[in-house]
Amino acid sequence: MKDAKVIELEEVAIRFSGDSGDGMQLTGTLFSDATALIGNDISTFPDYPSEIRAPQGTVGGVSGFQVQFGQKQVTTPGDYAHVLVAMNPAAVKANARFMNAGGTIIYDSDSFTEKNLNKAGFKTDDPFSECNLDDYRKIAVPVTSMTRESLKDFGLDNKSILRSKNMFALGLVCWMFNRPLEYIEEFIRNKFAKKPVVVDSNIKVLHAGYNYGMNMQHMTPTYMVHPAEIEQGTYRNVNGNYATAWGFIAAAEKAGLELFLGSYPITPATDILSALSERKDLGVKTFQAEDEIAGITSAIGAAFAGDLAITTTSGPGLALKSEAIGLAVMAELPIVIVNVQRGGPSTGLPTKTEQSDLMQALYGRNGESPVVILAASSPSDCFFYAFKAAKIALERMVPVILLTDGFLGNGSEPWKIPKMEELPPITPRIAKDADAFKAYKRDENLLARDWAFPGMAGFEHRIGGLEKNIAGTVSHDPENHQMNCQIREDKVQKVVDLVPDLEVCGDDDGDVLVVGWGGTYGHLISTVRELRKEGKNVSLAHFNYIKPLPKNTEEVFRKFKKIIVCELNLGQFASYLRDKMPGFEYHQINKVKGLPFTVNELKEGIYKLLEE
Amino acid sequence: MTDFNYTIKDFKSENEVRWCPGCGDYAIMNAVQRTMAGMGLPKEKFAVISGIGCSSRFPYYMNTFGFHTIHGRAAAVASGVKLANPSLSVWVITGDGDAMAIGGNHFIHTIRRNIDLNVILFNNRIYGLTKGQYSPTSDRGFKSKTSPYGTIEDPFVPGQLVIGSRGTFYARGIDTNLKLSESIFQAAAEHKGTSVVEVLQNCVIYNNGVHNEITSPEHRADRQLILEHGKPMLFGAENEKGIIMEKGRLKVAWIGENGITEDDVLVHDAHEPDPTLHMALINMSLPEFPVAFGVIRSVQAPVYDIEMENQIEQVQKSRKITSVDELLSSGNTWEVTGNGNGNGSPKDCPGKEIK
Repeated sequence: MKDAKVIELEEVAIRFSGDSGDGMQLTGTLFSDATALIGNDISTFPDYPSEIRAPQGTVGGVSGFQVQFGQKQVTTPGDYAHVLVAMNPAAVKANARFMNAGGTIIYDSDSFTEKNLNKAGFKTDDPFSECNLDDYRKIAVPVTSMTRESLKDFGLDNKSILRSKNMFALGLVCWMFNRPLEYIEEFIRNKFAKKPVVVDSNIKVLHAGYNYGMNMQHMTPTYMVHPAEIEQGTYRNVNGNYATAWGFIAAAEKAGLELFLGSYPITPATDILSALSERKDLGVKTFQAEDEIAGITSAIGAAFAGDLAITTTSGPGLALKSEAIGLAVMAELPIVIVNVQRGGPSTGLPTKTEQSDLMQALYGRNGESPVVILAASSPSDCFFYAFKAAKIALERMVPVILLTDGFLGNGSEPWKIPKMEELPPITPRIAKDADAFKAYKRDENLLARDWAFPGMAGFEHRIGGLEKNIAGTVSHDPENHQMNCQIREDKVQKVVDLVPDLEVCGDDDGDVLVVGWGGTYGHLISTVRELRKEGKNVSLAHFNYIKPLPKNTEEVFRKFKKIIVCELNLGQFASYLRDKMPGFEYHQINKVKGLPFTVNELKEGIYKLLEE
Repeated sequence: MTDFNYTIKDFKSENEVRWCPGCGDYAIMNAVQRTMAGMGLPKEKFAVISGIGCSSRFPYYMNTFGFHTIHGRAAAVASGVKLANPSLSVWVITGDGDAMAIGGNHFIHTIRRNIDLNVILFNNRIYGLTKGQYSPTSDRGFKSKTSPYGTIEDPFVPGQLVIGSRGTFYARGIDTNLKLSESIFQAAAEHKGTSVVEVLQNCVIYNNGVHNEITSPEHRADRQLILEHGKPMLFGAENEKGIIMEKGRLKVAWIGENGITEDDVLVHDAHEPDPTLHMALINMSLPEFPVAFGVIRSVQAPVYDIEMENQIEQVQKSRKITSVDELLSSGNTWEVTGNGNGNGSPKDCPGKEIK
């Protein structure tokens, strides 16, 4: 018997894949958490269908979870997987194109029956050849029968037994990557605390998988990935939606206000509503409204009455909220609207990621209706941008749209936990002098009005969607309307003094500046790093502030020969830059497939530009 | 009960009232202002929220906190106001177009949740502000600018929607009957939960006299049944008629005829949880029946804003997490120290620090 083959890698990507009922999301999450706990940096990407249970065994029903981890900073879940765990033939078919050349495929040989091959649309009994996977290392593991065998004394019915299959796969992968099982066991014990038999059976199968790897090591390679060099501190894993929710709770605590969320469930934003609903202990008020419109209008009511008020949604929901955002613009109330972008238009690709709502956020309302727009760029920095969005709204009495996306919302990464004392203060503009108060009297410099809400004696006033004069009286005066339209726009532009300068990753000047915004940061920074390693003169300027743009934007752009704007749409940010930062030629790399960029395709696009 | 000695003037704002001369809205506003002045609440505790329509200009004329929102959304905005600050007295001003058409969804769900709001529904059965189109409460066949040959659809009966939404309070009033309106508004304000008051209101310009059949002085006694809790359902100039139950259906009977005595007349019970009889009273219409007015239904049920506060209080009693710092470090965390894997620099640019 040969020794086990040990493959040492700087980073490795694993893709867990099976039927949407196979528990692949949980398997992937547990493996990721266990991996982060032993000190690797990670990045994850759940990729699942919008049908809760599409027909079993079909390609449409395949649910995947990819995690990349490494000993250096990991900024993407990996273009291609080194290891694919496939619970059925459909998973092989759906994921063949996501495989790293020469990678390893571990598959449940029990499920590769004629029936399942047919369901997955294979024409022969050799699915791997059909998918051009001949050169790959394939490891057939009888997952189903081994699971059944290890649970034969538990007296469980067949369905319950099959439900533990994923634990066998997880145990096997843990052995291959040398992950301890304690964290996963602890999780199982907590999750099924009231069902001891489920705890015991799952842990049994988990160990069976682990031991299987050990016993079969002549055929199973093991991988070594050393812990990452990352900053000291206390860490946790967090996904973008939870980070967003927590950022708002932090902002409310910092501002000394109560937090109100009005929201209607919509993929992929719903987790923010769930995460905030869990926090009654911190006094968070969540209101699951009857529709998207009531979600935002209840938030506007709460803002009128003195809460930090937010609403959360995804693209189609933002469309429904448009009119109400206009009301918040006109009433000059502090609210934050979160759009976890997904593939559009219309219902589009509900579970897939995209950046195609930028124009909607900027312009998708009637009238001159300016709002501040921020975009988060990694799962964990959703926390900071949610906090910052709230700070801007409260200090400048202006609606703020925060753009994240499905990739950030569902993806997770380790996060060095910040302390509240490290966060900047938030000072809401609460009115103080009742005698001098007028609804639309403004700070001369900031152009922000003061905030007085019901319950404050002497501040009784009226606001609304109609154009007003300073006192808050309805006014149809033409000069007044033009002046106010200008003021509302200028007020948004004045927020620039809360916007940090744009940083360049790489050199301050050079041949190519890669420009991106929002959730593509991880792929763009990886791309730029790799290109620089190859000696290419390429730098990155990544935007988190869309409106207003950072003060030094033009200055940064001027120092590069070529600018290439990369985004997951047909060129919306590029168009915006052409309008707001004219005088440059903006090249574009665009992708609208419902998927994140891959580092390889970005590199190819930039090579081309370098050759021109 | 009042500690504030407010008069109606304290609730009038400096803004000039711009409803058409003779509009029913004036009288309704008077009654609301009188009611508020007598509630024993400080003025800053009132918030008046409206949608779009003639009646929705209401907040501008009130010297309280007011918010004139967008078409149909007043109930949803008001829900947020009340949940942000449950100690407020929140009033929703809406019309038949605003609440029954574009805002229908918010109307029924607000009632279903039983949020403590006072909703005044001005029903003039016409779109006035857009100059005379039929509304969801216009009768079948009603001719208007958008139905020159008559409508081919049946109207909503607002009270039916309230009952269908599990409403806990529904009353019906008439713009011109100030005394009735005031007593209804008082009852609505005292009720915990969503109170819906439908006021039959006259639009002098586009639908003048729409309620005349019911409201004109010569017919008033015979065509209006003013309900009071605990009182028999009598009407007519001499209270000579009453509502009785016969074979499971309501019926108008003359006292003294066919052996009917006052004891046979139904006694109004607004507090009866079973809505069957309340629905029957709401459905009464001319010419067979008089139209029912007054507080038709007023029952107790859990109130959303109170339940929300209770739930937070309950959870907080046994909470393990009391601050954001504790929240962020709850669950699975791990330390990265300087033992060979913790000496890296912060994740590099763009800077994660917030500036």
